[in-house]
Amino acid sequence: MLRLVLNRLLLGLVTVALASAIIFGAVEALPGDACVAVLQRDAVGQRLANCRHDLGLDRPALTRYLGWAAGAVQGDLGVSAGSGRPIAALLGERLRNTLLLAGLTLAVGVPLALLLGVLGGLRRDGALDIVLSTGGILAMTIPEFVSATVLIFVFSIWLGWVPGIVVAAPGAPLADFFPGIVLPVAVLTMVMTAHILRTIRSSVIEVMASDFVRMAVLKGVPYARIVWRHALPSALLPAINVIALTIAWLLGGVVVVEKVFNYPGLGRFMIDSITERDLPVVQALALLVASVYVGVNLAADLLTLLLDPRLRTHRAGG
Amino acid sequence: MKIAGDDVPLIGITDLSVGFTTRAGVVAPVLRNIGLVVRRGETVGLVGESGSGKSTLALVAMGYLKAGLRVLGGGVRFAGQDMLAGDGVAAIRGGRLALIPQNAGQALTPTIRIGAQIAEALRLHSTLPRADHAARVVELLARVRLPTPGALVTRYPHELSGGQQQRVAIAMALAGEPEALLLDEPTTGLDVTTQAHVLELLRDLAASSGMAMVYVSHDLGAVARVCARVAVMYAGEIVAEGSARQILRTPSHPYARGLIAAIPVLGEARLPVPLDGRPPAPGAVGEGCSFAPRCGLAEAGCLTARGALVPAPGGGVVRCRRADAAVRLPMRRDGALRLALEFDGGGGVLGLDAIAVSYARRSLWDQITRAPRDAAPVVDGITLTLRPGETIGLVGESGSGKSTILKSIAGLIGPLRGSIDLAGVALAPRVAQRDVGVLRRVQLIFQNPDESLNPRQTIAEILAQPLGLYFGLSGAALRARSIELLAQVRLGGHYLDRLPAQLSGGEKQRVAVARAFAADPDVVLCDEVTSALDVSVQAAVLGLLDDLRRERRTACIFVSHDLGVVRALADRVVVLYQGRICESGPADAVYGLPSHPYTEALLGAVLEPDPDHAPRLLAADIVEHGPPARGCAFQNRCHRRLGGICATDAPPAHEIGDGHVIRCHIPPATLAAAQAAP
Repeated sequence: MLRLVLNRLLLGLVTVALASAIIFGAVEALPGDACVAVLQRDAVGQRLANCRHDLGLDRPALTRYLGWAAGAVQGDLGVSAGSGRPIAALLGERLRNTLLLAGLTLAVGVPLALLLGVLGGLRRDGALDIVLSTGGILAMTIPEFVSATVLIFVFSIWLGWVPGIVVAAPGAPLADFFPGIVLPVAVLTMVMTAHILRTIRSSVIEVMASDFVRMAVLKGVPYARIVWRHALPSALLPAINVIALTIAWLLGGVVVVEKVFNYPGLGRFMIDSITERDLPVVQALALLVASVYVGVNLAADLLTLLLDPRLRTHRAGG
Repeated sequence: MKIAGDDVPLIGITDLSVGFTTRAGVVAPVLRNIGLVVRRGETVGLVGESGSGKSTLALVAMGYLKAGLRVLGGGVRFAGQDMLAGDGVAAIRGGRLALIPQNAGQALTPTIRIGAQIAEALRLHSTLPRADHAARVVELLARVRLPTPGALVTRYPHELSGGQQQRVAIAMALAGEPEALLLDEPTTGLDVTTQAHVLELLRDLAASSGMAMVYVSHDLGAVARVCARVAVMYAGEIVAEGSARQILRTPSHPYARGLIAAIPVLGEARLPVPLDGRPPAPGAVGEGCSFAPRCGLAEAGCLTARGALVPAPGGGVVRCRRADAAVRLPMRRDGALRLALEFDGGGGVLGLDAIAVSYARRSLWDQITRAPRDAAPVVDGITLTLRPGETIGLVGESGSGKSTILKSIAGLIGPLRGSIDLAGVALAPRVAQRDVGVLRRVQLIFQNPDESLNPRQTIAEILAQPLGLYFGLSGAALRARSIELLAQVRLGGHYLDRLPAQLSGGEKQRVAVARAFAADPDVVLCDEVTSALDVSVQAAVLGLLDDLRRERRTACIFVSHDLGVVRALADRVVVLYQGRICESGPADAVYGLPSHPYTEALLGAVLEPDPDHAPRLLAADIVEHGPPARGCAFQNRCHRRLGGICATDAPPAHEIGDGHVIRCHIPPATLAAAQAAP
């Protein structure tokens, strides 16, 4: 068991290291560099050379990669080519904002999806199941900017209950995000809930038809206990991976929603940096997103391992 | 609720019909007018092949209908309580009336520890104070003869072997101190020695506790061992009922007779008698007798009237107008004796020389450090010579390595050591390294035709693969050859345009046989080819393989866990335990005395469809996950173990003559003397 966990951890680290190399290589392969991008027309002669010297771009690529990687490990992601400020500090605030948005969405969406998915699966083809399934497909297929626009129209313009955009100056305390954050959370919850709900529904249906659930019925176990104790632990396992992907998606920056609601999260930061061709920031963001994906998936694997006794005792290397 | 007196049957099923509505809106009955009474302490066997409705009947007795089914008429009562009423049924289920499921590995909840699952049954159905539950769980596990019951409590189901899981399911059923047990194929899928142990346990439980038992099985041997009364089911109805002795010794229904005649005999190399045709699909049953289309005795009246259960000439009751004639139908020992082939002195068509196979994947680290390979590969020291036209049977329980040997001959897994030659020419270890000509000469037939035939290809397309690949046939020549092949496996040419899903299990396996023989192979490898089939169909496939062997002199390696099946087909037999050969030789010699202690244990555990036959439980019922590093492979379970030498030295090969070899530290003469004395 311990060996398995260490194995996975090591594999995760290797994946992040590989991702960092690929990101660095990709940015390196782009025509021009950060100085050309920022200086634009002035990117000639001494100014370009000075800029490159300041950012260390005149050193060989391998040295720069190792320096960047070593810095990243210590939390130093370099400086922004545009503003000259440390990227870690810029990122920190955006990350906090994104964590708030993702955290709230998860806090609302995951329990909702679990509850509805289980109910839909248990009452297969019942009225609730049909409504949920249809609603789920709608929520998944309608693009976020459409649902966002509709919600803004209804709840902020028409009813006037909540503001349609988030107004928060850089460095503002989290409290400033309320109540503007309500609508973005609602839009994200809709999309996310639909995905998780559908996975859980089909998994609940499958488990409820299994031999061991039938055995529990024939053992005289009350229905509620069959669902809770016998079926759900197995039925919820597939949901863990879907939830993990959802978390990674939320933390990786939900570009469209952030744009529509003017939310200062990682997604908008990414878009802005790309437009400004602030390559060190793009590079750092890409590394962050890659690490989040690896980390979340690793956590999901370990959680599955913890919850499923069958996987846990699988003899390693057998 | 009424208190049941002695006059009220424990389980009373009256005129019960269960069915479903097809898409066409037709009501298709799965059970038809079933009447069955089980009294306290009675043991009743429900026997039938797949699709006969026997499992459905057992579940309805608990008031449980499989999805889509509904009760069309009649009733089910348990000690007077209506089991179809809903109220009060949950209190009876798992308590006074408990089920032991077919596949305990899937019927136990995978995420709950064994102790907790049994304790749950106690909490639901036992009057025992809560504080005593933990002790009672251990007591129940001990009662089903599980080793170290105290330690098992915290295990999860998947950590146990199949036999242990089945015992846990029995312990769980016993928790509520049931008055009746329903057993749904409880030993199907278990090894013969494990099955014999579980059946003895069930017999002892029935005798000591006075529980009634309803034992559902396709296995007449198991039913004969446990049940006093037997009901035979066919196409959703009971066609014969009587005492086990009446039904098994003097069956009066043509189907019951056919079922018994289809069981291979251990004593002699006889081909079992097949039962032609296939059972009707639910809803396809007409007005007349449901067996009439397959019955050699059917007359005009059989097709129009179904008939009632009437007293049978052989005893008990039977639903057959021709019962008087049926008692003269062939029985089990009436099958044709298998004709042995003459072998010339020529070389073998396939030779295995000291083959060893290991599944252990060497990690990158082990390869870098050149760590030694594991000391005990799953298969080791397999040396065989297969002569043209000869059939060698490989027998052993699960984990004996018999399928692994086939895979290694087929090139699906490369051997660790040793070499394989095809008519004197060395075979490349991997299938990818073999050329088409070599591939053609070795063909494999798999256990489950549902998985080995592509469901999206028609039979014509399936047969076209080998015919096109090996012989370049196409167009009319291809079709003509395909029809010829189907004819050889007794299927009509009209099967060519069908999909596997439109065929019955036996027909699918015939197509798989035809596909293998399409290559005109020198060697056919048969991997448990009849274990997924009903016994009547199995007999037909065995007969077919034997005909092909005689007509074409194709050599065959026939792998099976069923000693009776191997007896029917094999010229020579190799008995394997943990990937090591225990005994090999001509079939008559291996099935006779003296025997290797493992062969002795296997033969002793075989069940006969005879109420007077008792299996002998010789080998210890433990599960080994790998062969011991040194000494005899069978040392841990052997009932004739000598002592230290068995643990340290590999047993010597004693040749008794005519190629009969026993690998045991006990000299053959000593074994013969000990085994001849009862």
